[in-house]
Amino acid sequence: MNLHELTIHEAHDLLKKREISSVELTTAILDRIGQIDEKVDALLTVTDELAMVQAQKADELFKTGEVTPLTGIPAIIKDNMCTRGTRTTCSSKMLENFVPPYNATAVEKLKLQGIVMMGKSNMDEFGMGSSTENSAFYPTRNPWDRDRVPGGSSGGSAVSVASDETIFALGSDTGGSIRQPSGFCSVVGLKPTYGRVSRFGLVAFASSLEQIGPITKDVTDAALVLNAIAGHDEKDSTTVPHPVPDYTQSLIPDVKGLRLGIPREYFVEGMEEGVKQTIETAISKLEELGATVEETSLPSSKYALSVYYIIAPSEASANLARYNGVKYGFSFQEADSMWDAMEKTRQYGFGPEVKRRIMLGTYALSAGYYDAYYLKAQKVRTLIRQEFDQTFEKFDALITPTSPTVPFKIGEKMEDPMQMYLADVCTLPINIAGIPGICVPAGFVDGLPVGMQILAKSFAEETLLRIAYAYEQTTDWHKQNPPI
Amino acid sequence: MKLTDEEVKRIALLARLGISEDEVAKFRGQLSDILENFEILQEVDTSEVQPTSQVTGLRNVVKDDDVIPSLTQGEIMANAPQEEDGFFRIRAVL
Repeated sequence: MNLHELTIHEAHDLLKKREISSVELTTAILDRIGQIDEKVDALLTVTDELAMVQAQKADELFKTGEVTPLTGIPAIIKDNMCTRGTRTTCSSKMLENFVPPYNATAVEKLKLQGIVMMGKSNMDEFGMGSSTENSAFYPTRNPWDRDRVPGGSSGGSAVSVASDETIFALGSDTGGSIRQPSGFCSVVGLKPTYGRVSRFGLVAFASSLEQIGPITKDVTDAALVLNAIAGHDEKDSTTVPHPVPDYTQSLIPDVKGLRLGIPREYFVEGMEEGVKQTIETAISKLEELGATVEETSLPSSKYALSVYYIIAPSEASANLARYNGVKYGFSFQEADSMWDAMEKTRQYGFGPEVKRRIMLGTYALSAGYYDAYYLKAQKVRTLIRQEFDQTFEKFDALITPTSPTVPFKIGEKMEDPMQMYLADVCTLPINIAGIPGICVPAGFVDGLPVGMQILAKSFAEETLLRIAYAYEQTTDWHKQNPPI
Repeated sequence: MKLTDEEVKRIALLARLGISEDEVAKFRGQLSDILENFEILQEVDTSEVQPTSQVTGLRNVVKDDDVIPSLTQGEIMANAPQEEDGFFRIRAVL
């Protein structure tokens, strides 16, 4: 038995029976990281000493019996979530040496459950990108083909799970940053409803769009992690006070009678034929399992890309105004004046994509253009939301591809920002509407992963998990290992 | 929408972002392309539509004004690029 290949629930069973210890599991994961990470570059920081201390503590808890399903389980955290005492870089030169004095709420909740933090994962700088090539440090490689990207921005988290460098990971999703890399790496990724998980301590990029969520080896694990991180938080006034159900109760291998809609706009022009066929096969599988399937239409989806690339950069330009070299982060010291110091701090501290988005957002918010861009985008956002609301009166869930393509080659889209933005065309509308989405492995085209995206109305994560679980029970895509 | 060099420089100044001549040329082209894609939004009739700034529907969120422990001055200053006597040190403003 290879301990690093275990899921959360498999590892928990063995820990509970005392057949393995958390120290043994943690050691196995550290060995795996030592062997594999130089091939995929998923991690920025490995917290090995801290991990061993936490593992020993977890083993003590197993002796007393006061454990949770996550006690003693190794986890990787995306490097845009604050971890007290462990540097949190956002893959940016701006925060290269930033050590937060507090934990993000999602991290704190996992700590209270007794997880073992193994380290922090690589990402596109500040979450801006779809390939993890926009890291200021190094690109992460896709374990299924190391000449290809793992997706982004949570590419490091998705690769760490796919490569068994952890048992699970946290990612964050502003326009697809959990789901798209999960699809590209053949793992499970869940973006919760906006307001379901606290964003406190998540370094802000686009505050009205982003959510933290699990990246896991199977659907059961996604439910277990969501149980741990969901819920109201006084420190994030956008979290909702709704009670948190036990999401494992939704893991029923039955979709009989569920009404599934297939929105034709998500089978976009330019979509790869292999991806289309793979998703159609998966839809047939759900139909065989007893769901009813019907084509539907979300015509406003064609505006989502523009709406997103106005709203997200606008919010980013405001959120990233805080990086001025005064209180923390990179600070250019050889300047002539205060303004010169600030401008050069930002010039040398931010990478090209971050600058591009700050420029775009500043423009969209500037006098004379605000109504034409930002306000217009907010109004179209309303139409996109209403269209989803109406569609969910007829359907329990919608099924789409997660991406129109399989993972692309490293470097292929770096010189053409518009082409890179199109990589998220199937995932962006979901953040605009605030609804939840899950990506599950749905097969391979020439050895490269394809993800299926399932969408439901706000706070219907239970429906997503049920459909995803039922599908997973009839396939073995999630059990296949990349050739590394 | 085609941007000029002057507009690119003006946006950079608004954002307090230092920018090289090479970047001015690069951003002028790239941002113009991206803005051109946004023109599709003009075909949507939004005259009767309210804007969405948040999706939760929550309003006037308040909490009790309890005294709780906060970070120490030392913790706050630990990441300061330049510090003097517990203050953040910056260049003269005037």
